[in-house]
Amino acid sequence: MKIFVSCDAAALSVGANETAAAISAEAARRGVIIELERNGSRGLLWLEPLVEVEVAGTRFAYGPVQPENVGGLFEAGFTEGRQHPLSQGVTAEIPYLKRQQRLTFARVGITDPRKLSDYLEHDGYRGLKGALNLTPAEIVARVTASGLRGRGGAAFPAGIKWKTVLGTEAAQKYVVCNADEGDSGTFSDRMLMEGDPFVLIEGMTIAGLATGASRGYIYLRWEYPQAKVALEAAISAAYQANYLGENILGGGKRFDLEVRMGAGAYICGEETSLLESLEGKRGQVRFKPPLPAIEGLFGKPTVINNVITFASVPIILDRGAEFYQNFGMGRSRGTLPMQLAGNIKHGGLVEIAFGMTLRELLYEYGGGSLSGRPLRAVQVGGPLGAYLPESQFDTPLDYEAFTAIKGMLGHGGIVAFDDSVDMAAQARYAMEFCAIESCGKCTPCRIGSTRGVEVIDRLIAGENPTKQETILRDLCETLTYGSLCALGGLTPYPVLSALNHFAEDFVKPMRANTPVPS
Amino acid sequence: MSSKSPRRIIPIKPEPASSLSAADQSAVLEACRRLKELPGALLPILHAVQEALGFVPKDSIPVIAKQLNLSVADVHGVVSFYHYFRQERPGRHVVHLCRAEACQALGAHALEAHAKEYLKIDFHGTTADGAISLEPVYCLGNCALGPSLMIDEDLKGRVTPQRFDALMNQVRVRS
Repeated sequence: MKIFVSCDAAALSVGANETAAAISAEAARRGVIIELERNGSRGLLWLEPLVEVEVAGTRFAYGPVQPENVGGLFEAGFTEGRQHPLSQGVTAEIPYLKRQQRLTFARVGITDPRKLSDYLEHDGYRGLKGALNLTPAEIVARVTASGLRGRGGAAFPAGIKWKTVLGTEAAQKYVVCNADEGDSGTFSDRMLMEGDPFVLIEGMTIAGLATGASRGYIYLRWEYPQAKVALEAAISAAYQANYLGENILGGGKRFDLEVRMGAGAYICGEETSLLESLEGKRGQVRFKPPLPAIEGLFGKPTVINNVITFASVPIILDRGAEFYQNFGMGRSRGTLPMQLAGNIKHGGLVEIAFGMTLRELLYEYGGGSLSGRPLRAVQVGGPLGAYLPESQFDTPLDYEAFTAIKGMLGHGGIVAFDDSVDMAAQARYAMEFCAIESCGKCTPCRIGSTRGVEVIDRLIAGENPTKQETILRDLCETLTYGSLCALGGLTPYPVLSALNHFAEDFVKPMRANTPVPS
Repeated sequence: MSSKSPRRIIPIKPEPASSLSAADQSAVLEACRRLKELPGALLPILHAVQEALGFVPKDSIPVIAKQLNLSVADVHGVVSFYHYFRQERPGRHVVHLCRAEACQALGAHALEAHAKEYLKIDFHGTTADGAISLEPVYCLGNCALGPSLMIDEDLKGRVTPQRFDALMNQVRVRS
């Protein structure tokens, strides 16, 4: 019988390897023959290490399983799917998973990410095969019709970007994947690259066919060593089976792909800075125009998209633009893999169509705070996203709805804080982070962030607070309108949302009584 | 690269002065030899040097610059831009402690204070026994299971102060 233990980095971080070793040892001791498979993570991260047993084609889940639980599981007959205090029932029936709409993450947690055969058995490479029978313009038209927007955070329509690259003549074009997932609270790129690397490779290959680009790079952050191993193994398998290389599936098209490592610079998630870094330079932001689609990597037309954007393309080509387009609301079409993080009981990955409210996600999926205290603030969209108070929890998860409340959905990361949070400290941290990570090219961001930390310090210390607040708001306006890119431009979001919604935390006498009541 | 000549080769006569040991010098030259023809070769070379030596020694910069026909300032500018590249020799193990928001929501501040006190070092420091260097990091992608840290390339989640001490003791035994 098959037993599955995830090899995702998050699962490993709480002992999945030790659990897997204990299962092997206990099975050997009892003379039970098992096949131990290492899958990606199902995304039910509070249950990791999650162990699944396949009985007659159905998977039963147990978790979180520590090595000391393994003996008891065998004793209880978990190899036949029997009950145990750690039983979670049939995996696919767990409400957290059952209510999701997994399109991009369809295979993650189900297949062995190292096996191309597993990928092919689960509808893999059907999108590419379809694309090989289409003209580049037809592929671009389908991606455009699907309504897919860039999942990295800026939500720019992918089809329009691709069309620009297709329409720009050049001897060499590039496809670049932005896998520099630096936003705190986000891990969907990592989970996908570790759990289903082939879908990213397939999506990038399709982008190459669609735009006439023959070379691709995945720019991966160094903090993800497991993802590097998974991607390099998958790329090598794809080359061997002719899914990459000089003659893809005998169709006469070439696409080469390699992984390049970043070196710990948040700014390199900004596309032009990423391109500079790939060229071997300091990751400083470029002026736009020219757009990367016209003059990108090494000055050549370049498609640059996030991991999830590329990984959403195969299913669009396989099932059709209309299928994908039918999910979502307004101008936000398809699904977004949301990531529940921070002080949340049931943290993990929730891929759902746009339109659910933040409250539903936080309580119905997330189960409220991990600490059991009331949730006080939620930061959506990474370190440049706004801190939302409880009164804004009914905002639907939709790009435009978040823009309307001066926030952003970004890459879909949600970080929950309970009522022990000090929002003045969070505002200060947002400025400090900008100062640490600023590339230094434009003055508002480089100097403004440092001055911002100083002003917040004086404000918190109660030195003429009215004046400090005026200065801070003025500085934020300069950052918003004067910065070259989103780092300086959006740092005012977390700062001002904290100040506007949680003003009491900035007042000196109040700060003595922590935790602050909501 | 373009069809135009990618690099103009200006021969530099003197070998850069270097106090690198012979072994370190050859590791740096080997990394350059293996990778310098890649488009955008500098970052892959710096990664290879740091992987081989644990850091990018100051004296390796003129060597790399000469191999790539770049100025020393260009290479220094890149090395110093990226947080990951270090110019000081690290301890036998490097611990990257996450300081980002999701971990803050679960007590990263307290863990940071505890770690510094337990190891008796600040960020970027190395313990007196040379076993552990402590570095800050801004997100390890383990945001649902924080607070997190990474020991060399091993990610650890739900790190309480007690678990931190246990992990550090394991590391010391290993080294």
